[in-house]
Amino acid sequence: MKEQLAKIKTEALAAFEEAASPAALDELRVKYLGKKGELTAVLKQMGRLSAEERPAMGALANEVRATLEGAIESAAKKLEGAAMEARLKAEALDVTVPGKAVTLGHKHPMYIALDEIKDIFVGMGFTVLDGPEVELAELNFDRLNAEEGHPSRDWSDTFYFDEDSRVMLRSQTSPMQVRAMDTMPLPIRIIAPGRVYRKDEVDATHSPMFHQVEGMVIDKHVTMADLKGTLNLLAEELFGKGTVTRFRPHHFPFTEPSCEMDVQCHKCGGAGCPTCKGEGWIELLGAGMIHPNVLRMAGIDPEQWSGWAFGMGLERTAMRRFKIADLRLIFENDVRFLEQF
Amino acid sequence: MNLSRKWLNEFVEIDAGDREFAEAMTLSGSKVELTHDMGEEIKNVVVGKVLSQIRHQNSDHMWICQVDAGKGEPLQIVTGAQNVKVGDLVPVALDGSLLPGGKEIKAGKLRGELSNGMLCSFQELGLDQRDFPSAYPDGIWILSDDPELTDLTIGEDIRAAVGLDDHVVEFEITPNRPDCLSVIGLAREISATFDRPCYFHQPEVKGGAEGVLPELLDVETPNPELCPRYTARMVRNVKIGPSPKWMRERLRAMGVRPINNIVDITNYVMLEYGQPMHAFDYRYVKGGKIIVRRAEEGEKLTTLDGKEHTLTANHLVIADETRAVGLAGIMGGENSEIVADTADVVFESACFDGTCIRKGALSLGMRTEASAKFEKGLDPMNTLPAINRACELVELLGAGEVLDGVIDILNYVPQPTLLKVEPDKINALLGTDVAENVMHTILQKLGFETTMERGVIKVPSWRGDVKEMADLAEEVARFYGYNNIPTTLMRGQTTLGGYSPEQRLEQRLGAVCRACGYDEIITYSFISPSWYDKIGWPADDFHRRSFKILNPLGEDTSIMRTTTLPSMLDILARNYNYRNRDVRLYELGRIYLPGGENGLANEAKVLTLGAYGEGFSFYDLKGTVEAILKDIRAEEVRFETPDEFPGAVSYHPGRRAAVWAGSDCLGIIGQIHPNVAKAFGVDGELYCAELSFDELMLARGAGAEYVPLPKFPSVTRDIAVVCDEAVTVGKLEQAIRKGAKGLLKEAALFDIYRGKGIGEGKKSVAFNLILRADDRSLTSEEADEDVKSILAALEQDCGVHLR
Repeated sequence: MKEQLAKIKTEALAAFEEAASPAALDELRVKYLGKKGELTAVLKQMGRLSAEERPAMGALANEVRATLEGAIESAAKKLEGAAMEARLKAEALDVTVPGKAVTLGHKHPMYIALDEIKDIFVGMGFTVLDGPEVELAELNFDRLNAEEGHPSRDWSDTFYFDEDSRVMLRSQTSPMQVRAMDTMPLPIRIIAPGRVYRKDEVDATHSPMFHQVEGMVIDKHVTMADLKGTLNLLAEELFGKGTVTRFRPHHFPFTEPSCEMDVQCHKCGGAGCPTCKGEGWIELLGAGMIHPNVLRMAGIDPEQWSGWAFGMGLERTAMRRFKIADLRLIFENDVRFLEQF
Repeated sequence: MNLSRKWLNEFVEIDAGDREFAEAMTLSGSKVELTHDMGEEIKNVVVGKVLSQIRHQNSDHMWICQVDAGKGEPLQIVTGAQNVKVGDLVPVALDGSLLPGGKEIKAGKLRGELSNGMLCSFQELGLDQRDFPSAYPDGIWILSDDPELTDLTIGEDIRAAVGLDDHVVEFEITPNRPDCLSVIGLAREISATFDRPCYFHQPEVKGGAEGVLPELLDVETPNPELCPRYTARMVRNVKIGPSPKWMRERLRAMGVRPINNIVDITNYVMLEYGQPMHAFDYRYVKGGKIIVRRAEEGEKLTTLDGKEHTLTANHLVIADETRAVGLAGIMGGENSEIVADTADVVFESACFDGTCIRKGALSLGMRTEASAKFEKGLDPMNTLPAINRACELVELLGAGEVLDGVIDILNYVPQPTLLKVEPDKINALLGTDVAENVMHTILQKLGFETTMERGVIKVPSWRGDVKEMADLAEEVARFYGYNNIPTTLMRGQTTLGGYSPEQRLEQRLGAVCRACGYDEIITYSFISPSWYDKIGWPADDFHRRSFKILNPLGEDTSIMRTTTLPSMLDILARNYNYRNRDVRLYELGRIYLPGGENGLANEAKVLTLGAYGEGFSFYDLKGTVEAILKDIRAEEVRFETPDEFPGAVSYHPGRRAAVWAGSDCLGIIGQIHPNVAKAFGVDGELYCAELSFDELMLARGAGAEYVPLPKFPSVTRDIAVVCDEAVTVGKLEQAIRKGAKGLLKEAALFDIYRGKGIGEGKKSVAFNLILRADDRSLTSEEADEDVKSILAALEQDCGVHLR
């Protein structure tokens, strides 16, 4: 009997090893371990053994059964693994075939630049204002200290809707300073982006309609140093950490002192090249401390309050940001252009 | 404003190179646009002496010259010019030299004879006859024939020898600083910038010409407010001729053409002092009287440029007793022009009202150098030194005899501005810590004078722009250095920034449009009125009432749009012409409707969608509009096809719909009418939607609130019904909702079939119905009951039968 068990064990293990499919393995299970299987047949002979032999033989028989069951299990696993492997192999794809197209639209590059600027200022507690483009000359000029006779008021520079030059297309976003002063409680921190209009023929750097963003702060103890600090931060956010800026005196009727901010030329690093017309610097924006007359006209006491303001062209900023060489592309709206951003 | 650095050096000596100079001036507030080396195009051209000259063997006109160019050995140079003689000093372009226009001169052989360079004419050096009136125009420039070219050295660089060694700086002068439109004004700024002393010159006039000024000339100013000051002097026995080389050189460097000594003197003084000057021929000042008056209506005057003008009372003229002889502050009259035989000259140095001059010049379309200066408001204190300088130059040039005395009419009382320097306030504004004495030093360098009262300064007469503390702060900041002001971040009360609900909706709409594959565009707000025709609006359409620009750039940008549709169609057409495929665009832009507050526009925003492409249909665009409305949680959305809808005429009558949310009409969607598409040059199908931003704002639904997920399973049933073609899906849906008995959760269209087995004029419409109860599992019977009721409603309302 012992020999019989050993023989079954050897035969069965060899057979399991060779089984080629789960079905074949099932057949072997029946053959060896089934109710009418070979092992069961041997065990049925146990009754013929003596009481002394029985426990030892019983233990041996159980051990063989356990061994065979373990072996059949691992053989099954192996077969499953092989089957899965075969299936995966069959299902392999050419991953270089392009994916199914999902067409996403694109934000216009000018608005990408604007949205970055908005986020920077909203993060500093600024409110974003929106205002009219058909504007009163009073707000676009008079209230900004640009009196009758200022050259920008000429009909050759500004679009007008009436002979009295009363209603015009705003030539700058600066009237939003006045609108904010007239309607908002102090202190004020605003930016006001939008369309502005000047009588310039279309070329690679000019357009009769373009966009600006105005920024203004009025508070107690606001200084020109604050203006510089804020604008430096803006330049770094827009053009990267370590962007070098410089401030030059300039003149705007509604700020005093006034300045323009230049950013060091990204192409030549300040040495001078065609991009910066040899100057090493590219003009980015105009700014200054709000002129006391402008505050007074809005009923704000310049002895108590001070403020700064800036105005910046957005197309030019987007062009610099994305290295766009020709302003006309901005308004042409060719999708081959738009879809690059 | 151009500045000759040679001229500048007469006032303040600066040896900085052009780039360093430009940088320093730009940073102190006088922005340098560019610098120009007048001789930069000339290299390796020297003064040479012709030692010998023989005929060229192989040429009937060429000469072979031996020239001493200071190189030790004489150089052999072949020339074709006939005016060269032995002993002449001439410009010699050596081997490897450069001439204006990029012309390069190299040694070579001319008909077999070696030529080591070229003898030059003045034209070849970039000069013209006015620069050297006595030079022979058709040959080599014989330097030794010119009495004004003395001290020439053989081998000397030609640029130094003939005055082409100047450097010119071009400044951008801001309108608040008319004083800087002059050499002296710039010299003050430059002196302060480089901290170098500035030497001013006091003109000295000898005078002594025969006659008594008040007997010869009288000046009246009947409109004193338009002429704050009028200063005049007379010069007799004038000898008109060219001005000297040094004066011509300086005028040339500043971009002014030399004309004759008297005219050149007026231009020279204008450049030096910034004071426009005029010279009249005295014999044409009838009655010896100058009257500065308003022109009479319709009065005629021909100016120096030969143009005749018809004037109005808004123009200020200089007149004699009988007629106008000049347009005050703009241009002199032809009838009193300085000519070759002019004997007696009246110099005028006046100050006119800026606004009057500006308006006058503008109305006549003739902005001149003089009017551009006057309109900025000149310093009335400048007229006297300027006229004396002119007379001094007359004597210096020997151009005439100056009469003693000055006629000087002062119609205003000079009132110097006194300001107290308040260092604390200035530092508080700038965020700096500049010491009081530093501030005073800066201001003194700029011509501000101290007074008896401590801390109070007198603003110089030429600085009309300085009126209060902030102006002084700018002066301090400019010379303390803008880049030395510290950079700090703001302190102060915290403000709550952020976006308004409108701005959030704008962002949201853009995001959904892009998610649906639409690209953002930016179009002009102004359009051509003809675009209303192109989109098929009737000629008398109320919506054509637009804000009209009175001075547009052109007809195509002359009115403010009251619709965004043509702008979108224009861009679609452009992309179509570029053969871009599958184009989808959106713009959130404004329209400008009459009737806003204060005579302004009502600027409403419109979300405009536009698309075309292979297989693109009405339902593609409708899907996007539905996605947008779903995103903003608009309720009771429906699409209707009424005939009367603003702007509907631009759309295909069978493929357009008004978009509704509840009782609000949001806009229109549809295929563009083929005629309209054709008007924009597109023969394919274009699709557009125009949605009012304000209505979208109102249509926004309430914020999301969680609804428990279903606990019990739903039952689905598909139904297909056959109905007349005219019955819309919308109507069928209405009937379904009406017939449902509260178990219907969703009815989704999944097929419309026409053709075989359905019958002519009919269609089969299939819906997938989802039925569910919230508190139990539905039985099949319950579901069937509901479907039966739905079918009954369909039959009753829409006349369908089950397929």
